[in-house]
Amino acid sequence: MMSRILLPLLCLLCMPAYANLEITITGGQLEPVSVGVVPFKVEALDNLDTDVARIVESDLASSGLFAPFPREDMIAQPGRAEDVRFENWRALGVEHLVVGTIRRGSMGNWLVEFRMLDVFSGSESLAYEIPVSASGLRYASHQISDLIYQKLTGHRGVFNTRIAYVTAEGSVENRTYKLMIADADGHDPRQLVSSGEPIMSPAWSPDGRQMAFVAFDQGQSAVYLQTVATGVVRKLTNFRGINGAPAFSPDGRKLVITLSHVGNPEIYELDIASGNTRRLTNDPAIDTEPSYSPDGQFVVFTSDRAGRPQIYRIPVAGGEPKRLTFEGRSNARATYSPDGRFLSLVHQGDDGGFRVAALELKSNELRVLSDGPLDESPSFAPNGVVIIYSTKGPRGAELATVAIDTGIQQGLSQPGDVREPAWSPFNK
Amino acid sequence: MKNIFGTLILSATLALAACSSTPDQPEDSEAYDQDTMGQDGGLDAQGIEDREFGQVNPLSQAEQRDAALRQQLTVYFDYDSSQIRADFLPVLDAHARYLRDNPTARIRLEGHTDERGTREYNIALGERRGEAVRRALLLRGAARAQLLVVSYGEEQPAVLGAGETAWAKNRRVVMVYQ
Repeated sequence: MMSRILLPLLCLLCMPAYANLEITITGGQLEPVSVGVVPFKVEALDNLDTDVARIVESDLASSGLFAPFPREDMIAQPGRAEDVRFENWRALGVEHLVVGTIRRGSMGNWLVEFRMLDVFSGSESLAYEIPVSASGLRYASHQISDLIYQKLTGHRGVFNTRIAYVTAEGSVENRTYKLMIADADGHDPRQLVSSGEPIMSPAWSPDGRQMAFVAFDQGQSAVYLQTVATGVVRKLTNFRGINGAPAFSPDGRKLVITLSHVGNPEIYELDIASGNTRRLTNDPAIDTEPSYSPDGQFVVFTSDRAGRPQIYRIPVAGGEPKRLTFEGRSNARATYSPDGRFLSLVHQGDDGGFRVAALELKSNELRVLSDGPLDESPSFAPNGVVIIYSTKGPRGAELATVAIDTGIQQGLSQPGDVREPAWSPFNK
Repeated sequence: MKNIFGTLILSATLALAACSSTPDQPEDSEAYDQDTMGQDGGLDAQGIEDREFGQVNPLSQAEQRDAALRQQLTVYFDYDSSQIRADFLPVLDAHARYLRDNPTARIRLEGHTDERGTREYNIALGERRGEAVRRALLLRGAARAQLLVVSYGEEQPAVLGAGETAWAKNRRVVMVYQ
């Protein structure tokens, strides 16, 4: 078990309006691959506030798959591939070397050029140039991390994606709830909504431009739709009773939601443009937490129609629900992986603890991924490699990620409750 | 909670008994003080008490018991259950009688759960608890228009923290008179 705190430095670096999420990494059975990220050579008269190589190092380390070679132990810090002496890096055990330069481009912009070199063969494995404005250097750094990650793992990187989450602070009598969005590395947290009443269940639209969520207005729940870039909020439903659990259809035109105005919670499909609702379930039990399959043909949901909460699947076109989970005491809040192979869900084992698990639909194999005892709200990264979820830590609810295949865990915490993470789609 | 009420009556009775049966105890000095104060203007207060006492009849005893029961605004539940426990039935009886006698009275039933289980499922479970209380009040004579159920699930705990003590206090329906 290794444990490293990676992010606190950034707080000093950029002084955001809200506390950054601090990242800790634990677990994993694999020996991380040694990557040297040499500080990028700034070929200009002025200095830059953004340390591109440092951001790339942090990104790669956060995956748990890579061990950045310490900068202070580097014998030389070449900016260009032709200046690299491979035998020195081989001697240090570095497997991949990233070198780059940053110079003035046109119109006051910057031009970031980088290469990744395979130290053992002495060959070039990546070479790109990225023109950016000064404020875009951070995102260019994440783009570099994405390219490296994809080259070395075969999976698309998620370093330029974002995470929405809900915070709750204050005493029981005077609590403030906020819907927040931060970069995937916890940087630059921004507030979307703040309320004295609960905010719940944030869900990204497939294009990443809108956010559906639940909030209470004078004690009445409502499903809202917010445009992320402008902050404009629209109330979609406020039927009597529950208005909850929104999830977008793959085409972004519809939401599945839970409404209880007929007397008990049922699943509905809501057409966003027209506001029309269509009922999908009909059972006196609790039906809630709906989510579409990636092809939009099915909806999975939680129901206690058999006694304890379990996951069921129903065709959107209509038909009989099929029960999908049978293990443990209960299973709830299922969502599909982007490729449709897995369902992530909250599994309650025979000991009563709640853990994040992945159900492989073809084999029906259930993989329990987290330690519990009060883990919830699993959400897939858009590359399907990791799941982010909320867990109870010493400072209250905090966020954590776990990789489905490697079991590598990463914690993201800040003072106060941080919960209900929702990973954004890829930037389009 | 009925038990606590019972305990209160019991301790009040004991206190009365203690006062009347121990006139020679040092506590007498307190009684002297009160007497002295009473001479300053306490005579009026004494007279009012007498008149009120004179109006007591067997019915108002029930009313007073109802009023005391109505102080109890929270109904607690067992884990993952929306069954109303027998010890809360007298409380619901009292509230239902009040609603029946005061048709303009309105109650919001706020359902809550503990932190275990998923959040949206808990919203549903909180509503189920609110509905259980609503049905119990309707059966006892309240009118539909007087009752509104709202569920907060696990979002507004009465007590922060984990463990059965905190959880038991959070599994509740709170009756909020409007």
